[in-house]
Amino acid sequence: MTSSSYRRSKRSISTRRVIALLRSLTKYLVVIVVAVIPIIPILLMYGWLLVQSFSSRVVLGLVPSGLTIENWKFLWSPVKMGLKTYPNIWPITLNTLFVALGEAALVVLVSTMAGYALSRMNFRGRVALMQFIIALHAFPSVILLIALFIILNKLGLYGKGYLTLMGIMLIKAGLDIPMASWIIKGFFDSIPWDVEWAALVDGCTRWRAWRSVIVPLILPGIGAISIFSFLSGWSEFLLVFTYVKDETYYTLPVLIYHLIGEFRFINWGMLAAIGLFYAIPTLIFFSTSQKLLLRIYVGGIKR
Amino acid sequence: MVKVTLDHVSKFFGKVKAVIDLYLEIRDGEFVALLGPSGCGKTTTLLMIAGIYKPTKGRILFDDEDVTDLPPKDRNIGMVFQSYALYPHMTVYENIAFPLRLKKVPRNEIDRKVKEVAKLLQIDHLLDRKPSQLSGGQQQRVALGRALVKEPDVLLLDEPLSNLDAKLRILMRAELKRLQKELKITTVYVTHDQVEAMSMADRIAVMNAGRLQQYAEPDELYNKPANLFVAGFIGAPPMNFIEGSIREVNGNYFFDAGVFTLKLSNELGELVASKSTDVILGFRPEHAKISLIEKPNAIKGAIYVTEPLGRDMVVNVKVGNIIIKVLTEPNPTLTPGKTVWLIIDEDKMHFFDKSTEKAIV
Repeated sequence: MTSSSYRRSKRSISTRRVIALLRSLTKYLVVIVVAVIPIIPILLMYGWLLVQSFSSRVVLGLVPSGLTIENWKFLWSPVKMGLKTYPNIWPITLNTLFVALGEAALVVLVSTMAGYALSRMNFRGRVALMQFIIALHAFPSVILLIALFIILNKLGLYGKGYLTLMGIMLIKAGLDIPMASWIIKGFFDSIPWDVEWAALVDGCTRWRAWRSVIVPLILPGIGAISIFSFLSGWSEFLLVFTYVKDETYYTLPVLIYHLIGEFRFINWGMLAAIGLFYAIPTLIFFSTSQKLLLRIYVGGIKR
Repeated sequence: MVKVTLDHVSKFFGKVKAVIDLYLEIRDGEFVALLGPSGCGKTTTLLMIAGIYKPTKGRILFDDEDVTDLPPKDRNIGMVFQSYALYPHMTVYENIAFPLRLKKVPRNEIDRKVKEVAKLLQIDHLLDRKPSQLSGGQQQRVALGRALVKEPDVLLLDEPLSNLDAKLRILMRAELKRLQKELKITTVYVTHDQVEAMSMADRIAVMNAGRLQQYAEPDELYNKPANLFVAGFIGAPPMNFIEGSIREVNGNYFFDAGVFTLKLSNELGELVASKSTDVILGFRPEHAKISLIEKPNAIKGAIYVTEPLGRDMVVNVKVGNIIIKVLTEPNPTLTPGKTVWLIIDEDKMHFFDKSTEKAIV
């Protein structure tokens, strides 16, 4: 026994207990400072949104007074935006849903197949392709605006209402598919070859094995990428703002922008309510699928 | 039921040669084990029979039909994987029914066959469960059921018992063998466990480093190993190997190991000497006897350590710098350090050529 450990063992049990307690207290303190405090302003902002949307007057920014649903009347009565008046908010919501759901469907369809190919098939340039995907993801989509405009125009998708929204859907899917394929590849990687081989031996073609055995096993991954691509479409601002000129085909982010952007008299209460309304899908998705999302961000799938 | 022929099959993965020029005939209804250490190419061979890997060279025949280019689904094989590879999202019933559903068998017939197989394997009370709710042994039976339900021509088993506990493994060993004999399905069984192979198979193909070492019945493999590898791989505790040379002095033949010399009968000595003089002597631990008194032509040594196994005992005897394992009945007087004499049964001696490692006798 060395002299130092001998000395240490001579300390009384109670002193050692106090030291251990202090140590774990410090640990918690660090966690609180690093993790909890930065969240407070964000939570405060959401709190402000909620309070603002349900009160007729707000004192000192946070203290509500006068409960009202006046701010929420955009759900059933006309919404005015500049010279344009919508019957209510639902047509715009439908436009947004159209883009978001369309994008999610395209992304899921393409990336489950692409992810399978990246994970399971040997072809020339597979590794190079995967590196390229990551590199591609590093560029901002703003730099593509002009090129995309030309393509949309050539395809006859510019200024055509829903067709333009479909064009935007295609662009968004195109931008999100590489990353989604990369994510879903990780899920395919985690499925042992044995299971796929068993399906082949049992009488599947490769296509059937993919459909009946492999895809059901990566449903969590498909759930994750469909949520993340839905939200990506739901919150798309730049492309809609740039390419859609007819107010009938605006989406929620663009509507919110115009409510703030162009007019001097801003109805803060309604803005808060629309903001909250706009956040509903996000809230629903994140509260129901936290585990799925953790899986894709933490990496891979664990059973 | 079919006869399976691997006609000079090779499989290379890039520069790695997994299987090299393998010729193997598996008779109709025969139970053949592919035995070898991990990485010897036995699973690759199995996957080639299944059609999952395509041989780089050679052909695979089922009876006289060349199936080399057929995909797995057209070969009518059943396979049990080491991991069982059950479909986690399907119930036991659906797992077993899956091959039949793919064959578009009518629904009521699927039901009848699944229940029949489940009963045969005693898993009929588990049909509604998911694989994750089953024990290892039950999962193994389900995997077997899934392989058997389509009445395959060939049954392929890839170390199916290696994930079971020791007791269940011994139980399933007998059961699998009974089932195979009952159903008379041509079966290829991959294992690295020589006891499994010896106790179950009609014939065993021993493989090492991608090459077939010997293909014979268990008895022959044990009594007449074709080379040093087979001799060392089959049998537990393993065979003793002693390097040495054959010398002839005045018409008498001796095996000289350096630390001891052993007189051989003229007949054996002549036979070995005619093939090679640099040899390796091999004999099994059960073919040597321990004597406490000096005997003619016995090897003097000292007990190094003893390993009691209950029914018998392994005695490690040190002769010079060589350790020789001897299997004897338990004997409390054999204690480390004690001087003993070893008598080796000449009829059970094996001699291997040191350079080619092939068996001479």
